[in-house]
Amino acid sequence: MQKLLSDFAVGDTGVIKSVGGEGKIKRRLFDMGITPGAEVLLRKKAPLGDPLEITVRGYELTLRKNEAQFVTMEVQK
Amino acid sequence: MIKVALAGNPNSGKTTLFNGLTGSTAHVGNWPGVTVDKKEGVYKKCAEPISVVDLPGIYSLSPYTPEEVIARNYIIDEKPDCVINIVDATNLERNLYLSTQIMEIDVPFVIALNMMDAVEKKGDRIDAAKLEEKLGVPVVAISALKGAGLNVLMERVYKASKEKRVGKTVLESGALAHLIRDVKIALAGQGVENPLFHAVKLAEEDELEVKAHKDTVKMVEEFKDTFKDDTFGDDFEALIADARYKYISENFSSVVTKKDKEKFASTKSDKADRVLTHKIWGIPIFLLVLFAVFHLTFSEDFLYLGKIFGFASLEDLGVDTEAFGGQLLACFYDGAVFSPGVIINNLWNDIIVEYAFGWLIGLIEGSSMAGWAIGLINDGVIEGLKAVLSFLPPILTLFLFFSILEDSGYMARIAFILDRMFRKFGLSGRAFLPMIMGFGCSVPAMINTRTLADDKERAATIRVIPFFSCGAKLPILTAVAGAVVAYFSVGNADLITYGMYLLGIVTAILAVLFMRNTSLKGETPPFIMELPAYHAPQFKNLMIHLWDKTKHFVKKAFTIIVASTIVIWVLSHFSFTWAFLEDEQVNQSILAQLSMLVQPIFTPLGFGSQLGTYGWVFIVAAISGLIAKENVIATFATLAACLAAMAGSGVNLAGLDIEAEEGIDAVQAMISATGIGIPGLIAFIAFNMTTIPCFAAVGTAKAELMNNKSYKGTLIFWIVSSFLVASAVYTIGSWWWTAFIWAAAIALTTWCIISYNKRANEKLNDGKLK
Repeated sequence: MQKLLSDFAVGDTGVIKSVGGEGKIKRRLFDMGITPGAEVLLRKKAPLGDPLEITVRGYELTLRKNEAQFVTMEVQK
Repeated sequence: MIKVALAGNPNSGKTTLFNGLTGSTAHVGNWPGVTVDKKEGVYKKCAEPISVVDLPGIYSLSPYTPEEVIARNYIIDEKPDCVINIVDATNLERNLYLSTQIMEIDVPFVIALNMMDAVEKKGDRIDAAKLEEKLGVPVVAISALKGAGLNVLMERVYKASKEKRVGKTVLESGALAHLIRDVKIALAGQGVENPLFHAVKLAEEDELEVKAHKDTVKMVEEFKDTFKDDTFGDDFEALIADARYKYISENFSSVVTKKDKEKFASTKSDKADRVLTHKIWGIPIFLLVLFAVFHLTFSEDFLYLGKIFGFASLEDLGVDTEAFGGQLLACFYDGAVFSPGVIINNLWNDIIVEYAFGWLIGLIEGSSMAGWAIGLINDGVIEGLKAVLSFLPPILTLFLFFSILEDSGYMARIAFILDRMFRKFGLSGRAFLPMIMGFGCSVPAMINTRTLADDKERAATIRVIPFFSCGAKLPILTAVAGAVVAYFSVGNADLITYGMYLLGIVTAILAVLFMRNTSLKGETPPFIMELPAYHAPQFKNLMIHLWDKTKHFVKKAFTIIVASTIVIWVLSHFSFTWAFLEDEQVNQSILAQLSMLVQPIFTPLGFGSQLGTYGWVFIVAAISGLIAKENVIATFATLAACLAAMAGSGVNLAGLDIEAEEGIDAVQAMISATGIGIPGLIAFIAFNMTTIPCFAAVGTAKAELMNNKSYKGTLIFWIVSSFLVASAVYTIGSWWWTAFIWAAAIALTTWCIISYNKRANEKLNDGKLK
């Protein structure tokens, strides 16, 4: 099942299918290791519901829902 | 001397390694044109001395952040003899991503595999020899923290620096291999240095490269037309980033042996985060941390021990606070134990600075110089120096605490917690800290804006920092509010003070909203940030950091502050006929005369022409506040004495103690001389809170903004906002119905900005469609 990273619930895991967005934001996502094939766990959401904290490539990364909506995920059961 | 550059990800232990290598030889400067620290030092334990340059912490060599551009330009243009790439072994995949890019440059290159001890502690293993074999560059395991392996590292760096190295790429076998090879040959044919690196960047259609090699980029475009990839289409930037990560995960999984096979294992940091960024407790804990920082820095009743146990004051105990022993004791205790920040502040200002400068002042007073020269040196220069130096303790204490928060990794969490709130104003969560630091002192707050990546966001933040009323503005608040209550017997001084703080915050929010929609328009910068693992801050790193900041502050602020102080002193001690005036004759000074001249401008603010003959006192006080806000009330005391000496001024000092430290009586003397009302007085506070801050803060803003236009804009912004805020306060205070006019004006402005931006956007979109 495919889902946007921004729609993930806390505790969901998945594999990145594709990364959209433009220029600066997309490049930044790539540089931080958000590339197709990487496994992602949505670890938590900030107290006000946004930004998100994910684990990717063995470290913790935070990004906003705005940026997470560019990331399409294949959800893992 | 051999020149070596140190590159690596943020939080990889780069600073610790740099400090370990260079020790006391390090010095900090700025990279030209940007406020990114440039640190240089010398490593002396090799056969030849090696100069080490610390490049900014980066994740990639992309063209989007100033840090990345600095790092890549340095390696390519300055041609260091060797690059040390520090790699965090606990986070190998993401760290090696940068290594695969540096590898493509024709520069000798050594990898320092840091934090191997942490890897081993977890029970994991990384085979450094195997990694070296795979990468084809020297790999040395080190522990920057313990200083282990540094000699071996530098021996290999020394050896590597003597040899030539040709760039290599991990993209050799990928879909773009042909393109990269062809572009590389073409570039090499044009005599371009580092052809491989440029070829790869051109294939990525990197902004800077496309500009530099306009002809060759056609090759990429032609190739693109014939190319289609199932996943990426013709997005080569994505393809290349993906290929790098694929290469890393395929080749280096064999290098790492993990004890814990769990993919998303919980670490100690995760456990800490469970509490510190908790859904409910995250924000209260943050507020508590913030309170603790300010309490430890500014509280005169540490842990409220004095209040709880009812300690006796020194006076009650019969201690002579005039004697040295008593003075020393008074630095630590008076009816309550002081917090560490206050103790340091007292020791510095009341003992060290006081005695050192007291001796100097005595020496000059005893000399045979002319009266005006003694006055200029003592009251102008030396008092100016004292004013600058008195800022040091709170600045450094605040810095220390905020550095601890930064180094421990908690600062990133604060940004995480608060980002949502700040986005509404077009800022990121990171902007919160500098603003809140402004309540302590604007200077460290402005320097702290360096953590903000976006220039416009930085400028907006620097401009509103003074609105978060700093420690030096508090005396103005308490004195004027106290005088209002005492003279008119109305209201509650605490309530007025609290209200003014609130006014400052509201002004800041409105100003940020205004700027982010007009002069400093820009999209909210993206927020994609690593949350580094928590770790204990390093004492040595903290001290080096603190020392750097001290030098920075003293150097940058000294010149402008001392010069400005002298100018103001001259203006207030000479008449237009250049006759030297005593303090009490300030009414004849150039400053007072000029103030009388500009008095009408301040009429809408409530302390202009309507106050009559002596109305200029408020303007003189506000101008003297430019040196340091503490001066405002001190000037009132001088002016009170001056007015009392003048016949017909109507100032009767009976029952008033104008020398009293709180300044309440001095302000009352001003009220009786000018007949100013409550709205005018409150407007006066508002004016001082939102106008140009002290010279120390102005100097810092100038240094941090870097760009002269932005700096001038900042000065104008402060003047305009203070006139607007103070007029609003005065008119609404005097005639309540004017509130509707102000509200209507704000609404109209908002409407204009929104509709203008809308039209501008539509135009932009139209342009795009065409």
